[in-house]
Amino acid sequence: MASLPLLTRRATLGAGAALLATPALAQGGAPIKVGLVAVLTGPQAALGTQLRDGWTLGLRHLNTQLGGRPVETLVIDDELRPDVAVTKVRAALERDRVDFVVGVVFSNILQAIMRPVTEANTFLISTNAGPSTFAGRGCNPYFFTTSYNNDQVHSVMGQAAQDEGYRRVFLMTPNYQAGRDAMAGFKSRFRGEVVDEVYVPLNQLDFSAELARIASTRPDALFTFMPGGLGVNLVRQYRQAGLANIPFLSTFTVDEATLPAQGEAALGFFAGANWAPNMDNEPNKRFVREFEAAFNYVPATYAAQSYDAANLLDSAVRRVNGNLSNKGALRQALEAADFQSVRGGFRFGTNHYPVQDFWLCRVARRTDGKFQTETVRRVLEANVDPWAGECRMPARL
Amino acid sequence: MNTTLLLVQALNGLQFGVLLFLVAAGLTLVFGVMDFINLAHGVQYMVGAYLGATLAAMTGSFWLGLVLALPAALAFGLLLEWLVFRHLYARDHLSQVLATFGVILFLNQGVKAVFGAAPLQMPVPEALSGGVRIMEGLLYPTYRLAILAAGLLTAGLLWFLVERTRAGMLVRAGASNAPMLGALGVDVNRLFMLVFGFGAMLAGFAGVMAAPILSVEPGMGDNLLILAFVVIVIGGIGSVRGAFIAALLVGLVETIGRAMLPDLMRLFLDPSAARQTGAALASMLVYVVMAVILAVRPAGLFPVRR
Repeated sequence: MASLPLLTRRATLGAGAALLATPALAQGGAPIKVGLVAVLTGPQAALGTQLRDGWTLGLRHLNTQLGGRPVETLVIDDELRPDVAVTKVRAALERDRVDFVVGVVFSNILQAIMRPVTEANTFLISTNAGPSTFAGRGCNPYFFTTSYNNDQVHSVMGQAAQDEGYRRVFLMTPNYQAGRDAMAGFKSRFRGEVVDEVYVPLNQLDFSAELARIASTRPDALFTFMPGGLGVNLVRQYRQAGLANIPFLSTFTVDEATLPAQGEAALGFFAGANWAPNMDNEPNKRFVREFEAAFNYVPATYAAQSYDAANLLDSAVRRVNGNLSNKGALRQALEAADFQSVRGGFRFGTNHYPVQDFWLCRVARRTDGKFQTETVRRVLEANVDPWAGECRMPARL
Repeated sequence: MNTTLLLVQALNGLQFGVLLFLVAAGLTLVFGVMDFINLAHGVQYMVGAYLGATLAAMTGSFWLGLVLALPAALAFGLLLEWLVFRHLYARDHLSQVLATFGVILFLNQGVKAVFGAAPLQMPVPEALSGGVRIMEGLLYPTYRLAILAAGLLTAGLLWFLVERTRAGMLVRAGASNAPMLGALGVDVNRLFMLVFGFGAMLAGFAGVMAAPILSVEPGMGDNLLILAFVVIVIGGIGSVRGAFIAALLVGLVETIGRAMLPDLMRLFLDPSAARQTGAALASMLVYVVMAVILAVRPAGLFPVRR
């Protein structure tokens, strides 16, 4: 079997590492190693940069320590390619022996690294991707997320459209799994008429054909999910086509990662989210203020959720007195989520997905001229994702 | 679908086609005249957009940004030619594809290092910021009309240059038989350099014009490059006239296909399946059209005589 030499080599490496580590342990402070997975190259790199910077600031506020132990972060660029992500994460687990894997912007990357990480009995904390697969039957004691379940965010906009009394809504998303999920999520809470559903290719540049169609059907509102550059193109072209009088409801389309490029064109457009930079609590004010001072741009949810993850890990390591070898105790410490989240209250449901409030947010211009999303009203309170009921979380590891 | 909407969609298609033409014109010249496959043409479009957006932000004026970006794009194209492409003319197509693909990776990562990964914004110039009401509730942005006009003007100018000037005659001669042209005493390498620089400037121009409506981000040229290749293959490699006709055709097929196919599919399928297959078919349609045209006319619509 091919795995035999690997095992032997791993064992040798492990023995070597143990020998090397002994003096450090004697001083009581071997660093905790964290693998931070984010997309840092390619068109979606802006999101990964947000995620990494949020984590970096979190650690800076903790004096580069988790629960009193020094911490070392290994930044892993997944290149938005599942095969690359698996190779690099395996190396981090086997060669570098990371204690935690944190991060991940996109669901397909998370799905690729889920088994390698959890089967190595290592805790995986997603700070953005929240697919349904691991919220229901596929829930895992080694997996936590500080973000949300994707369906929840889309359903927030469905509920918001319902609350606003919109009767006819036009839906438009890219033609891939997440796009179809977005439409399903929206429709799960919207009871009115769906005027039309339009799917566009993921590499669409020009939306003029779709905009003409929207204008011709004259809906009460548009619901769309257009991540990254797609959203930049859509928002600007929507405004230029004079359609901005039709309310623009969206998810992952207008956020702080894309607003610098959308600028004024996005003013007054709506988004659904679990956090916004203007949330009025002390930890959040400090986070936003110091994030902007350090990185010179406005943080988005990717950064906020990673910042929370740093504080979550800090609280858990503190609770187990820095002893990471008792996985059961560590799991309980993580489940306790005894930290101050920048979104206010925070707790985990049985499936290790947050039970949290969701907000209708609107794009606004701040007094310093920069753009950010701001909370309008709470749409869902202490919302449990729709899959949690299917999760049979093992009581013991 | 009513007639007004169809006309609007046709206008949208034409405008997209004109934008495609601006990118494809430079590509077809370089490919046709120099027999050189330049995959990096798309990143030259991207560099043009970045130069335009940056210069416009620095000078505070779209027009100054546009005027300054053109020579900058030209200079950048010539620099690339001198650094990389010049050494590839005598090599086979595989080496050219590999090397120019390397340039794509390098430049995509390069603009990210210089400008950051987040998309940039280039505002629409004040004078062209309005719109014309073309149907109930829909404005046609004046800026898009300006793109249409700029594209048509460029097409006219190119036609004049290629068909009516001495330089154009040399370019046409180079496209038919470069070695013979060299034997007749024309400095072919210099001609190649000029053609290349001009092609790069056209791509840069397309980039600046597209920047106010499309997002300026790393990798923005990659999608467009594929369509530009479809255009020059349909039009006949090396033919500017072919590129023009083919670009309009591709723009129309793309846009009208996307607008109408989902409705058309509804005649055969239930609505939700019709929407998804319609959308999938629409994104294939351009390639189907290309396959059909190549089956009938293997050298494209307007082949350059050799």
